[in-house]
Amino acid sequence: MADNMESIYIAIVLSPLVASIIAGLFGKAIGRSGAHWVTIIGVGISSILSLIAYKHIIFDGGDIFNGAVYQWLISGGISLEVGFLVDRLTVTMMVVVSFVSWMIHIYTIGYMHDDPGYQRFFSYISLFTFSMLMLVMSNNFMQLFFGWEAVGLVSYLLIGFWYKRESAIFANLKAFLVNRVGDFGFILGIAAILMAFNTLDYWEVFNRAPVQGDVTISLFQGYEWSLMTVICISLFIGAMGKSAQFPLHVWLPDSMEGPTPISALIHAATMVTAGIFMVARMSPLFELSETALNFILIIGAITAFFMGLLGLVQNDIKRVIAYSTLSQLGYMTVALGASAYAAAIFHLVTHAFFKALLFLAAGAVIIVLHHEQDIRKMGGLYKYMPITWLTCLIGALALIGFPGFSGFFSKDAIIEAVHLSTLPAADFAYYAVMTGVVITALYTFRLFFLVFHGKERMDKETWSHLHEAPAVIWVPLSVLAVPSFIIGFFLVGPMLFSEYFADAIYVAPAHNVLAEMGQEYHGIFGFIHHAFKQPPVYLAFVGLFLAWLFYIRLPDLPKKIAGLLQPLYFVLVKKYGMDEFNQIVFAGGVRRIGNFLWDIGDVKFIDGLFVNGSALSVQWFSGVVRKLQSGYLYHYAFAMIFALLLLIFFFVHN
Amino acid sequence: MPIDLPILSLLIWAPILGGLWVLYAGDRQAETIKYLSLGIAMITFLLSIFLYIDFDSTTHEMQFVEFAPWIRAFSINYHLGVDGISVPLIILTTFINLLIILAGWEVIDYRLSHYLAAFLILEGLMNGVFAALDAILFYFFWEAMLIPMFLIIGIWGGPNRVYATIKFFLYTFLGSVFMLVALLYLYSQANSFFILDLHVLPLGELAQKLIFIAFLLAFAVKIPMWPVHTWLPDAHVEAPTGGSVILAAIMLKMGGYGFLRFSLPIVPDASLFFTDFMIVLSLIAIVYIGFVALVQQDMKKLIAYSSISHMGFATLGFFVGFSIFAVTGSTSGAEMAMGGAIMQMISHGFISGALFLCVGVMYDRIHSRQIKDYGGVVNTMPHFAAFMMLFAMANSGLPGTSGFVGEFLVILSSYQASFWIAFLAATILVLGAAYNLWMYKRVIYGDVANEKVEKLQDINSRETVIMALLAIAVLLFGLWPAPLFEIMDETIKHLITHILQSKVI
Repeated sequence: MADNMESIYIAIVLSPLVASIIAGLFGKAIGRSGAHWVTIIGVGISSILSLIAYKHIIFDGGDIFNGAVYQWLISGGISLEVGFLVDRLTVTMMVVVSFVSWMIHIYTIGYMHDDPGYQRFFSYISLFTFSMLMLVMSNNFMQLFFGWEAVGLVSYLLIGFWYKRESAIFANLKAFLVNRVGDFGFILGIAAILMAFNTLDYWEVFNRAPVQGDVTISLFQGYEWSLMTVICISLFIGAMGKSAQFPLHVWLPDSMEGPTPISALIHAATMVTAGIFMVARMSPLFELSETALNFILIIGAITAFFMGLLGLVQNDIKRVIAYSTLSQLGYMTVALGASAYAAAIFHLVTHAFFKALLFLAAGAVIIVLHHEQDIRKMGGLYKYMPITWLTCLIGALALIGFPGFSGFFSKDAIIEAVHLSTLPAADFAYYAVMTGVVITALYTFRLFFLVFHGKERMDKETWSHLHEAPAVIWVPLSVLAVPSFIIGFFLVGPMLFSEYFADAIYVAPAHNVLAEMGQEYHGIFGFIHHAFKQPPVYLAFVGLFLAWLFYIRLPDLPKKIAGLLQPLYFVLVKKYGMDEFNQIVFAGGVRRIGNFLWDIGDVKFIDGLFVNGSALSVQWFSGVVRKLQSGYLYHYAFAMIFALLLLIFFFVHN
Repeated sequence: MPIDLPILSLLIWAPILGGLWVLYAGDRQAETIKYLSLGIAMITFLLSIFLYIDFDSTTHEMQFVEFAPWIRAFSINYHLGVDGISVPLIILTTFINLLIILAGWEVIDYRLSHYLAAFLILEGLMNGVFAALDAILFYFFWEAMLIPMFLIIGIWGGPNRVYATIKFFLYTFLGSVFMLVALLYLYSQANSFFILDLHVLPLGELAQKLIFIAFLLAFAVKIPMWPVHTWLPDAHVEAPTGGSVILAAIMLKMGGYGFLRFSLPIVPDASLFFTDFMIVLSLIAIVYIGFVALVQQDMKKLIAYSSISHMGFATLGFFVGFSIFAVTGSTSGAEMAMGGAIMQMISHGFISGALFLCVGVMYDRIHSRQIKDYGGVVNTMPHFAAFMMLFAMANSGLPGTSGFVGEFLVILSSYQASFWIAFLAATILVLGAAYNLWMYKRVIYGDVANEKVEKLQDINSRETVIMALLAIAVLLFGLWPAPLFEIMDETIKHLITHILQSKVI
C-alpha cells in the first residue's frame, strides 16, 4: 500500500499544478469553459484522493508516509529534498484545503462569469491549491518555505487580479511586502534550525529537539538566549505575517481588493491559516520554549480582541468579514499559545468552512447588487435571496459560537483551554478572548441585519433587479453550509479528546490543557451542557441581543453612541492609525534612507569626491605641469640652476 | 565527445574566428551575417554542453587540459583547463551570448556586422578567462575583453556614453594593473605562471596581504563591491541592451571568479585576515545598495544596483566560510556558503540578463528607460508582462526560481558564523521584493498611462523565444539545482580544504 500511497500523494499535488499550467499557457486555445473544466477536474482529483488518504490514515490506521520525492540539492554534505510527510495532521489539512478550494472553483464560474481574465483566474487558483498542498504536505523546512512563499506569490497575483485598479495594485504590493517581513523572521528561524540540527528534515529535528532545549545563543554581547526560544519566535514571526497577526496584520483588510472567491479561499479559509498549521506542526519545538508560548498568547490575544473591535465600524461587507478573520485567527493563535494545538486546528477547520461560506454569501450579495459592497446601501435582502440568507445565517451562527453550530465547539474549547493554561500571559489572553465573544456576535449580526433585514436602502434601479443568485453560486453555499453547521458534532470529541492527532502533535505534559479538559468530557451533549454553565455562551447571546437592539429595534442608536464616544470611534475608523504609521515611518522612511544613501553616498561622496574628484585632480595637476613646460629656455635654465644650488646646499650640509 | 577535440580551444577560438569572419562579410549581406553569427553562437553553445556531459564530477582535478608553450623565456604557456567552478560559468557565457546575438538581430540597425562580431569575439575572450590556467594567459584574456566591451558601449551606447566608457575603462583597468604587479611578484617567487603552482606557493604574511589587496582592487571593481561600484550603473545606462546583458550576466562574474581562482587559494592567510573586512563590505553592498536601488527612476539603474546587491551575496558566501569554520570547526557550512555564492552568480546571470532584456524590449518600443514614462504595460503587452513578472519575482528570490537557491544557502550558512550577518543578509528578502515589485507596479500594472503605452506591440516570436529560454533556465535551476551542485561539489570541497590551511612560510 505504501508505494501506492506515494503515487496518490504525488497525484494530489500535481493534478492542480498541471491544470493550472494548462489553463495558464493554453487558456486561449481551450477557451473559458475549457479552463474551468480542466482546473475543476484537477482540483477535484486532489479532493477525492485527499479523502482517500484521509480514510487511509485516520480510519484505517494506515502507515504515516515520510519520504523524499527527489533530491533538490546537496551542499556541504547536507541533502535538501522535496518530500512529503503525510500524517494525521497533514491529511486533515489536505482535505480542508482541497475541498474548500474545489467548492470555490465551482463558485468562481458564476462569480467571474463576465470577467475578461477568466482563464487567468482559474490558472491562479489552481496554482494556489498546488502551493498550499505543497506547504502542508512538506516533510522539511526548505519545502515549507517554498510553499510558504508560493502561496504568497499567488495571493499577490490574485489581490492584484484587477490590475487597473490603483487600490488593488497598492494592496497586493503591501501584502507581499508585509509578508516578506514575516518571511524575514521565518528564514532566520530556518537558518537557526539548520545550525542547531544540521538538517532541515522535520522528523530528525523533532527527535533531537529535546536535547537542544538548554542550548543558548548570544545575540547581544552578554545576553544569553535560549536557542529554542530564538528559533520559535523567529518562526512565529513568519506565522505573524502569513496569518496576519498584530502588528503584521495590516495587509489582510486591504487584500479584500481581490475578487471575492479568493478572499474566501486564500484570505479566510486556507492561506492565512498556514501560520497556525505551521506552529501546530512544529509543536515539538514550541513546547520547549515557554517564552515563545507566552509571546504567542499575547500576540494572539491582541489580535483577537483589537481586530474584532475594528469589525464594528467597517461598512464594506468584505472588510467586516476580513476583520472577523483577523480576530478568529487571533483565537487560533491564542489556542496555540495555550498549547491547545488540536483546538487551534479544530477551529481552523470549522472556520475554513464557515468563513468561506460567509465570504461566498457576501460575494453572492455583491454580485446581485452589481458590485455594491457598502452595507449601508443594502437591507431587506432575505425576501429576495432566501437561500443566501439561510446559508449566511448558518455561517453567522457558527462564527459567533451559537450552541450546536461548528464554531461553538471550537471556540468554546479554545476559551476553556486558555482558562486552564498556567502560563503568565494566559490571564490576559483569557479576558481578551472572552470579551471578544461579545464583539464577534455584535459585528457579525450587525452585518447580517444590515444586509438581510431592515429597510431596503439600495437604489431603485438595483432594487428592481433583485433575485436569488444563480445555481453555480448557491450550490457551493449550500454545500459549505452543511459542514459549517454540523462538523463540530463529529469532530469535537475525536479531535480534541482522543488520539486523533496521535504523534503528529506533541504537547508537554505540563501544558496539556486539553487532556485536563478531556477528563471532564462526557460526550457532545455533556459538552453543550457544560458550556451553558460558562460565560461565553451568554456573552454571545448578549452580543446577538445588542446587534438586534442596535440594528433592528433602534436603528438610530448606533449613531448616537458613535457621537458620544467620538474619540474612540475615530480611533477605530482610523484602524488605530497603523496604516498611516506604516506609510509614513516605513514606506516613507525607507525611501528617505534610499534617497539619502544614493544622493549623498553614491552621487556626492563616492562619485563626486573620489571618482570625479580624482579625475579633476589629475586634470588640475596636468594643468600645473603644463604651465611648467613653457618653452622658454630661460625658464628651464633658471630651474636647472635653482635645482643645482639646492642639491649643492643639500650635499654640503650633510 | 566521440573524438578527442581540443574543446576548450574551440570554445575560445571558434567565436573569435567566427567574429572575424562576420566582420569580413560586412553589412552588405545583413541576412547572411545574422544567420552566420547565430550559427557560430549555437555551435559554441553546443560545444559547451559537451563540456557538461563529459565532465567528471568525482574529482576536483583540472579537466580538458590543453598545454602548449607560448613564451618560453618567461615560461608562459598556452595552458587551459576547467574544474567544477569554471564549467558552469562557461556554459552560462555561451548560453547568454546565444541569446544576445538573437536579441540584437532586428534591433541594431547601425553597423550590425560590427556589433555581432564584437559579441562573438567577446564571447571567445570570456571563455578564455574562465579556461586559462596560466596567469599571463588569464591576464591577456582579462584585459583583451575590455576592448570589445569598450567598443560596444562606445559605439552603440546612449548619449552619455563617452563618460561611461572612460569611467568603465579606467576603473577596471586601474584595478587590473595592480593584479598584474601581483602576478609578476608571484612569478618571481614561484618561477611559474601556472595558477595551480601559485596555489601551493608558500608566501610570507606581509606578501600575502599585499597580494590580497592588489587582487582585491582588480576583482572588487569587476564584481563590483561597494564602494568601487559606481561605474556599473553608468555603464549599464549607456550600454545597448546586449552590452548590459553581457555586463551583468558574465562580466561581473569575472570578479567573483577571480576571488575563487586567485585571491582565496593563492593567499588564504590574507583572505582569512581580511575576512571581517570583506564580510562588512558585502553586507554594505546588500543593505546599502538595496536602499539605493529602491529610489532609482531609471529601470536600468535599478537593475544595475540590484546586481551589486546580489553580488554582495557572492562575496559574502566566499568569505563567510572562514568565520563559519572558526565557530563550528566543520567545513560543511563553509561549503554550503561557497556553493550558494557560486549558485548566486550563475542564477544572477540568467535573471539580470533577463531583466535587462525586458528593459530592452520596452526601450526598443518607447525609447525610454524612465519608470515614469510607463504604466499599465500589461494591458497592451500581456505576454511580456507575464515573463517580466517571473523575472522580477526571481530577482526577489522567490523559491522555485534560481534566485532563491543562492540567497537561501548563503543566509542559512552565515547564521552559523553570526546571527547578525544572517540578519543583515536576509534584509534582501524585504528590500529586494520592494524595489522589484514597486518597479513592476509602476511600469506594468495600472491603467494605460499614456499614448505610447497604448500603442505598444506585445513581444514577437523572436523575443518570446529568448524570454522563454531564460524562463526555463530560471525555473529549472530553481526547482532542481542538484545537477549544478553535483558538478561543483568536489571542486568546492577541495577549495575549502585548501584555503583553510595556512601556507605562511
